[in-house]
Amino acid sequence: MPSKPAISYQHVTRSFGSLKAVDDVSLEIAEGEFVAIVGGSGSGKTTLLRLANRLIEADGGTITVEGEDVRDVDPVALRRRIGYVFQSGGLFPHLSVADNIGITPRLLGVSAADIAARVDELLELVQLDHAAHRDRLPEALSGGQRQRVGVARALAARPRIVLMDEPFGALDPLTRDALGDDYRSLHRKLGLTTVMITHDMTEAILLADRIAVMRGGRLLAQGTPNELAKSGDDYVLELLRTPRRQAERLNALLPQSGAA
Amino acid sequence: MSLLADPRWGEALAHLPDYLGNHVQVSLAALALGLAVSMPLAILTRNRPAPRGMLLAFASIVQTVPGLALLALFYPLLLAAASVALTWFGVSFSAFGFLPAMLALALYSMLPVLRNGITGLNGIDPALIEAAKGVGMTGRQSLLLVEVPLALPVMMAGIRTAAVWVIGTATLSTPIGQTSLGNYIFAGLQTQNWVFVLFGCLASALLALAVDQLLGLIENGLRRRSRLRAALGCVGIAALVAATLVPTMGRSSQGYVVGAKTFAEQYVLSALLRDRLQAAGLSATARSGLGSSVIFEALKAGDIDLYVDYSGTLWANQLHRSDIKPRTELLADLKTALARDNITLLGDVGFENAYALVMPRKRAEALGIRTITDLAAHASTMSIAGDYEFFSRPEWAALQKAYGLSFRAQRQMQPDFMYAAAASGEVDVIAGYTSDGLIAKYDLVALDDIRHAIPPYDAILLLAPRRADDERLQAALRPLLGRIDIANMREANLRAGGNDANSSPDAVAKWLWGKVGGR
Repeated sequence: MPSKPAISYQHVTRSFGSLKAVDDVSLEIAEGEFVAIVGGSGSGKTTLLRLANRLIEADGGTITVEGEDVRDVDPVALRRRIGYVFQSGGLFPHLSVADNIGITPRLLGVSAADIAARVDELLELVQLDHAAHRDRLPEALSGGQRQRVGVARALAARPRIVLMDEPFGALDPLTRDALGDDYRSLHRKLGLTTVMITHDMTEAILLADRIAVMRGGRLLAQGTPNELAKSGDDYVLELLRTPRRQAERLNALLPQSGAA
Repeated sequence: MSLLADPRWGEALAHLPDYLGNHVQVSLAALALGLAVSMPLAILTRNRPAPRGMLLAFASIVQTVPGLALLALFYPLLLAAASVALTWFGVSFSAFGFLPAMLALALYSMLPVLRNGITGLNGIDPALIEAAKGVGMTGRQSLLLVEVPLALPVMMAGIRTAAVWVIGTATLSTPIGQTSLGNYIFAGLQTQNWVFVLFGCLASALLALAVDQLLGLIENGLRRRSRLRAALGCVGIAALVAATLVPTMGRSSQGYVVGAKTFAEQYVLSALLRDRLQAAGLSATARSGLGSSVIFEALKAGDIDLYVDYSGTLWANQLHRSDIKPRTELLADLKTALARDNITLLGDVGFENAYALVMPRKRAEALGIRTITDLAAHASTMSIAGDYEFFSRPEWAALQKAYGLSFRAQRQMQPDFMYAAAASGEVDVIAGYTSDGLIAKYDLVALDDIRHAIPPYDAILLLAPRRADDERLQAALRPLLGRIDIANMREANLRAGGNDANSSPDAVAKWLWGKVGGR
């Protein structure tokens, strides 16, 4: 593990009333790593993610981002330097695609010309044709296109860290697969650190370097898929069993490599 | 005569730039103020249920107060505020006309703006507010860049409702001295000039409709994110405002302002006074349709320069006297009392317009009723009607006490309709006015007040404090003093109550001057 993790959680807790959403969680995410946080609904995974950019404040423990305690950083400045991709896009319906993508640079005071250039660059990066898309409103886009714009918006201010809240959950399988792969290559190309939430273990295995499993606010296990397979926890093993079963069934049902 | 060929349409049209311009001015100012207050309140309280509930409850209560009452309430309120401002800060402002009308209307506009503002802001998908935070917006930026723009169509619908309410209610600001399209309606109702009433209603309805449609265009543009529509709506509003305001802007100072209360005799007298001043080379305008408690204060404050009041009215309402003195003594006392407020009682006009108990002549003869004493014996089987204030005035208490009057029923009525109601037998007795021409027209008779329960009501000419030493003005007015006798005034009132082209106050005033002055 490198000496300075991009994000580190040390004994972090957060309760909502009597519910312990995050319960004594310690997790380190190295620079350049792609970590997936997997868990069912109510497992605390979204809370854990939002603690990192202070959309939610921790009750206890310490969170650092690039070595700094987040409590010492102005939350607005913190959020502007961390990309965030929202579930089903979170695009502002009254703003054009270009204005949505350029919002964080605009808040940072970047000039309009620079923003326009950056928007075109980003549309290319997420493989959307600029001429056709930049002036559209989000309502005129398909789900996949919206999520691509969401990714472009998260990357607009050149963050080194990107947080993703079930980014591909609402998409059809084909789009989801394509988008996942495209993002994975962006992650590598741009040298990003990515933390992605998903309830889908298959997606996590396919995209992430490391997986953290949450249940009932606690971190049950973390590691590569291989390391997780050696875990003694029933729930973790159960989660891993599903993709494996699916893979076996698919192998049995589909003709082998490329014959299709 | 065909309705459209009636020359009164032309007369109404001549007033339009003035009335419409003032109407738009006060409505617009009220709306702007209402928005400036309500919008921040909606934004501040959107996430705070307790103050939000209180605010909406307050605005709802304001809304239940009838428009006329709300406007009327603001007059004394501002009067008190003005005197406080004068004594504490040495600042003087007029509690008359524009200011109270604008404040009351602004208050009236608050409910729809608040309610739609809060609904619009609360209706935004919380995920979007989260997203605004997530991309690095401060609370303020989130509000301005995301929440307000998204709530704007709903807010706009509220502004639209408020605009229509304000434009409609502004017609009621005439009695507190704000010129508006209501001047047509009030004057028309009082002088039975239905052309004016119709014209006023149509003009304000058309104005409201036009503003509503233009704001609707803006709302639609915001909803469909069509800049063109929104811009068109804005241009339309701007054009409307410019078109209605420009004619009023260029007007020179008004010179002397002659006040008039809200009944035909006052309209005629103010027109006559204005004509006399103009004949003497002084510039003068009439400000008609002022509420009877507003007009005295307006004179005292110098908002109007002169008007005709009635001695008994001032005796009871301004001096708060309930005793009754003979005519000359009362006038002398009144003159001294008014002088303390620096108001000049220039003199009496020549006739008296007192309250009198009036009933059909034939019925009175049949029952052998000549005096109120005779009436008292029959009162328990009879009904009486009076104007809106009569039964709460000291004269009524004095009458009841002096004669032991007790009627079977009492009703309040629009004064113009009382006489016809008495003639048709719908009511048995009415509290009419001695100068009213309708008494003769309907063959009614005023009963003798042998115990002098009703004070004298000489028509008297009052001048504002700053006109106390205005020799030119007084010289122009003096020829009128003592000149108008009761017979001519009755005839004038009868003419003013007619429903044809010769019944406009201006025409009647000219006729009256021809009878009493001229020569």
